Amino acid sequence: MVHRYDALIIGAGGAGLMAALQLSSHGRVAAISKLYPTRSHTGAAQGGIGAALGNHEEDHWEWHMFDTVKGSDYLADQDAVEILCREAIETVYDLEHWGLPFSRTPEGKIAQRPFGGHTREFGKAPVRRSCYAADRTGHMILQTMYQQCLKNQVHFYDEYHVLDLLIEQGRCAGVVALCLATGELHTFHAKAVVFATGGCGRMFSVTSNAHALTGDGMGVVLRRGIPLEDMEFFQFHPTGIYKMGILLSEAARGEGSVLRNKNGERFMERYAPTLLDLAPRDMVSRAIYREIREGRGIGGKNYVHLDMTHLGREVLDMKLPDITDFVRTYLGIEPAKELIPVQPTAHYAMGGIPTDNDGRVVIDEKHTPLPGLYAAGETACVSVHGANRLGTNSLVDILVFGRRSGRHAARFIKENDLPPLSAKPEERSREIIARLLSSQGQERGADIRESLQNEMMDKASVFRDAGTLMAMREKLKEIRDRYANVKIEDRGAKYNTQLLEIFELGILIDLADVLVEGALARQESRGAHSREDFPKRDDANFLKHTLAYLGPRGIQLAYKPVTVTRFEPKERKY
Amino acid sequence: MQMTLKIRRFNPEKDAEPWWGEYQFEAEPTDRLLDALNHVKWYLDGTLTYRRSCAHGVCGSDAMLINGRNGLACKLLLKNLGSRITVEPMRGFRVIKDLLVDMEFFFDKYRAIKPYLITNSPEPDQERLQSPEDREKFDDTTKCILCGACTTACPSFWANPDYVGPAAIVNAHRFIFDSRDEGKEERLDIMNSTEGVWRCRTIFNCVEACPRGINVTRAIGEVKKALLFRKA
Repeated sequence: MVHRYDALIIGAGGAGLMAALQLSSHGRVAAISKLYPTRSHTGAAQGGIGAALGNHEEDHWEWHMFDTVKGSDYLADQDAVEILCREAIETVYDLEHWGLPFSRTPEGKIAQRPFGGHTREFGKAPVRRSCYAADRTGHMILQTMYQQCLKNQVHFYDEYHVLDLLIEQGRCAGVVALCLATGELHTFHAKAVVFATGGCGRMFSVTSNAHALTGDGMGVVLRRGIPLEDMEFFQFHPTGIYKMGILLSEAARGEGSVLRNKNGERFMERYAPTLLDLAPRDMVSRAIYREIREGRGIGGKNYVHLDMTHLGREVLDMKLPDITDFVRTYLGIEPAKELIPVQPTAHYAMGGIPTDNDGRVVIDEKHTPLPGLYAAGETACVSVHGANRLGTNSLVDILVFGRRSGRHAARFIKENDLPPLSAKPEERSREIIARLLSSQGQERGADIRESLQNEMMDKASVFRDAGTLMAMREKLKEIRDRYANVKIEDRGAKYNTQLLEIFELGILIDLADVLVEGALARQESRGAHSREDFPKRDDANFLKHTLAYLGPRGIQLAYKPVTVTRFEPKERKY
Repeated sequence: MQMTLKIRRFNPEKDAEPWWGEYQFEAEPTDRLLDALNHVKWYLDGTLTYRRSCAHGVCGSDAMLINGRNGLACKLLLKNLGSRITVEPMRGFRVIKDLLVDMEFFFDKYRAIKPYLITNSPEPDQERLQSPEDREKFDDTTKCILCGACTTACPSFWANPDYVGPAAIVNAHRFIFDSRDEGKEERLDIMNSTEGVWRCRTIFNCVEACPRGINVTRAIGEVKKALLFRKA
């Protein structure tokens, strides 16, 4: 079945919906998502969206820009960060105009609170920059964006899983997707495609990410010869609920919670004397790992405590109701009275599909765009987060660059005709599905996935070195062999969710390969990439972005320079 | 703990009638019901079908009938459900496969209440002002995750599937009581129609079913009151 549209959006979280909304008045637009849009993981974002509104105290986008660049360990492209921080302000006002129910100041303005790494006057002290709606800001953004898309009559294909990207004569020509309800393949032929499929946290065993976050968009384009950028940088959020990985927002620390080791010591005093518990996430996660390694985890185990007891019930119920509820539900703990066991949880891919500042996917070191192909949100790498993303900047990113992608694509579909479509666009997807459905293998997908997640957590998470990464490379070969022998029990057409899980697992294995190869080659420590055998940042050799291609002989790496405009790289202290 | 999970199964490609599958396995008391379903799917029967995503009660994918009550599988712990748990699809929606039901019908009702801010006045350069007190008036109903648990727990909905249902009313409330919205009258007209808010018989099942703790019946009551005191 072939559908024709001017533009397609793949993924219906915040970035996809924003791009869809921008495009909706410029042509026939469809949004394709493997979930119902309101199930997207944007809805799980808690703490807020960063923008220098200055509603409580003086603030400037330049300060936000400095914090983002410094937070990125100077790997972010500063022209892109400037756009991010300038446009954050109008974007937040847009959200308010579309009805987003922000929490309010006594004067009725949008309420703001402190967040990790966000400071005034270039690092002097924390600043209230995170615009929030209690601790369900992402939920409100997702709902508001979906509402606006309904109002503007965006056409949704819910529960369609994208399997392949179509490229014809050097142009993006559309995608092939599996309709989950029927098991049929659908070709979506279009002038422009925006990938906004989110992250890939499910490659780790402890993660804040939804089951659905398997990096599909990244994997699908990688398999069509497009590189991925900076995939070795994966953020571990310091405060996941012990063992479960469920996120407890940095807003908890923004409101005054502190981390404590087994001696009750506020250990961040030793690691980040100025910002303390509100230091950037990579630093806090490393500090927790160090405390645990040096025997100061709680009861000798691999977790520490988040202490919210001094905040009082009113603050918890008014400002942090959801995470208070998570703690009560999943741990049976009363956070107003008891300490909460937390450990770092795989949270965010700084890397992704390389794009320029208009969301156009660029396919090589020379920034050559692939006409008609766009990416935005966590699946993309602009790069505004560099080696470590600041809290609240993911929501800024999805909206600012979702919007820029949509706007650029709107111009593109006006100026261009439909590209040609090959005679058999579905051939490759049909082969993949047929191969998986006819597999006579005996390896359970769940066992393979568990090995992948446990090994990645053990060998390629917060700390890495050549030894663990080489061992992971070997493990991945073994995992790949097992995957070739994967077992299928559901051979039906309708809602074959086992087939999808196996497809998703294949993507995760490819992405793990990319992460490990990038991490092995990057012989330095920068942001979230922390090599114990190379503990220092090395600007002379590695102030550059990694590009990883999937070739016939495995992963091939190339590099491109970082754009530095206002802020020269300096040592990163807080 | 030793678990027995009894699941209502139905695969239209194979089964003429629904049937009960029974699965026994070891689990941690602190596991979520979703973990138990995943265990069945991943290790005992790969054909088991249900929706899931976030696994911590914010995306609304995995609402189902659990020991006779609606809930989210990812928000209920085994220790609170007992060692023998019965799981069925939500009532009142067409079953597509196992625990997975047709949600289109549900989203149609949501779309019918114009779930978006309606304004005619020009937008200011910055934010519209709204006092914390005005913001508080609709705070409860902003929590809705559209999981369907309330609507499919409602006897009035079972009796009359054309009834717009509690979830749609909750979302209408979210806008009717938002001081910034100028679409109050059109929404109240929808609420005042035959299949609107008056079908609610104040049974409170929705309040019990809501995994987000929304006081759904109160919200419905506030919408009814707004209609009663509406200026003609």
